[in-house]
Amino acid sequence: MSNLTEIRWHGRGGQGAKTAALLLADVAFQTGKYVQGFPEYGPERMGAPITAYNRISDTVIRAHSNIYDPEYVVVVDESLLEAVDVTGGLKKEGAILVNTSRSKEEIIPHLKGYEGKVYTIDAHKVSMATMGRYFPNTPLLAAIVKVAGLMDQETFLREMRASFSHKFASKPEVIDGNMAALEMAFKEVQ
Amino acid sequence: MAKRDRLSGNEAVAIALRQINPDVFPAFPITPSTEIPQYFASFVANGQVDTEFIPVESEHSSMSAAIGASAAGARSLTATSSCGLAYMWEELYIAASNRLPLALALVNRALSGPININCDHSDSMGARDAGWIQMYAENNQEAYDNMVQAYRISEHKDVRLPIMICQDGFITSHAVENIELLEDQDVKDFVGEYHPETYLLNPDCPAAVGPYSITDYYMEAKRNQAEGMKHVSQVVLDVAKEFEGISGRAYGLFEEYCMEDAEMAVVMIGSAAGTTKDAIDRLREKGIKAGLIKIRLYRPFPASEIAEALKTVKAVAIMDRAEGYTNHGGPLGADVMSALYRAHADALAVNYIYGLGGRDIRVEDMEGVFEALKQIIEEGDAGETYRYLGLRE
Repeated sequence: MSNLTEIRWHGRGGQGAKTAALLLADVAFQTGKYVQGFPEYGPERMGAPITAYNRISDTVIRAHSNIYDPEYVVVVDESLLEAVDVTGGLKKEGAILVNTSRSKEEIIPHLKGYEGKVYTIDAHKVSMATMGRYFPNTPLLAAIVKVAGLMDQETFLREMRASFSHKFASKPEVIDGNMAALEMAFKEVQ
Repeated sequence: MAKRDRLSGNEAVAIALRQINPDVFPAFPITPSTEIPQYFASFVANGQVDTEFIPVESEHSSMSAAIGASAAGARSLTATSSCGLAYMWEELYIAASNRLPLALALVNRALSGPININCDHSDSMGARDAGWIQMYAENNQEAYDNMVQAYRISEHKDVRLPIMICQDGFITSHAVENIELLEDQDVKDFVGEYHPETYLLNPDCPAAVGPYSITDYYMEAKRNQAEGMKHVSQVVLDVAKEFEGISGRAYGLFEEYCMEDAEMAVVMIGSAAGTTKDAIDRLREKGIKAGLIKIRLYRPFPASEIAEALKTVKAVAIMDRAEGYTNHGGPLGADVMSALYRAHADALAVNYIYGLGGRDIRVEDMEGVFEALKQIIEEGDAGETYRYLGLRE
């Protein structure tokens, strides 16, 4: 099971953490991996904390439990740093990726002594610059692919364009903005 | 050619239904099964199926409409979860007693209360004595494969009973995982056309469906249902064999994992079986002879076959994702223990209640269950046989 990568997403209902996890499963599947992407729902309402999960592996995945000791954590909404134990079980060989406009140095004191790598991205800035609206999940998807080294940028962008072409078949005008958000996020993640 | 894809369990079942193209699908939404009629409605709107899709105002009506359509001679089904199934209660028995081979895509969810949207098996376990065939799935692939096989079993002339195709709410219904889909034409050829022997819209052979049955006949009618049930196991095996021919995937009444030399075993239903397999692999590396029996067909219950599979096991844990409130365990526990008793098996058996309302079960939890079985074997005593797993004390 050494090839297994486990990722946990923390977001708030309506921000697209579940969609991001499903898109990541999608793109990893396209590169020949075995995948799981699934949400864990608490109360079904906008703004409530939700968790989503990914398992990505070279071999068949059979476990159907939540993920407690992930390699990577993505925090879609930085207000959750105080509300939820986002670093719980996170492996120190792994990393945490936080969506914030603040610097890494400002974020680290909120991570309860987490010893692994810390990455940040301002998904709001990327999203507004490329799509004109705030969809944090698109930039975060690209950022976690880079942070976790799941695939090279060229493969990722090629597969995502194919995926968006399918997903947005009825509104192709949004494809370029989403693609620009992915490319910019690759450069912006720190 | 099989098509490799990645789909949620709900989407997989909806695609199986598109491939089957049933005649009538009445539906009322309820979490977490809502996506099945939702996806299917888009297939209807896009002209990919010619099914009569009937949005109704309740589950009482969706099951009633499915029954009416089936009695008229159509291939029908509906989908639901939890309280939706509870609201169909009366109709479940009507469908079974009229020997109507309709299908229900059930996405297992805890019954209220307290109100909860997550997985357990309390909904379908409550319906276990309604006279329906019940099949369960570990993952999206099995949910899809069971749906493709459903009508071949339920419509078989020796069976003619309704069938419930169950999968775990959210855990498989909303999880995107790898899957292999069959070609549309292969599914259509496999399922075939439905030609009922008797049906209401046949003017050449007038029939009554659901008349009053006086005391003089009621018991014979119920025995007649049991006769249909007697044939289910063989039909399930025959259909599975044929299905393996088109899919390469083998199915039985239940799956045995590492049971050849197992000294201790778990018997369970649904998605947690995959988690248990990971636990077994870890224990086998340490030389612990652990095994799993995963129930696929729960009604009728393959009692003698399960007892046979457990005959060399020293201790067994039966896992129930539903309470029975008997003060000694859940429904699967009762079924397996009675099977062991009738087979004069000498395995020490305990019954765990787990996973209620979506309570998560980890690989480590299942390792703990096998650890408890090891202790039972060492002590030669099952101790408390009615246990809870993962309960906060």
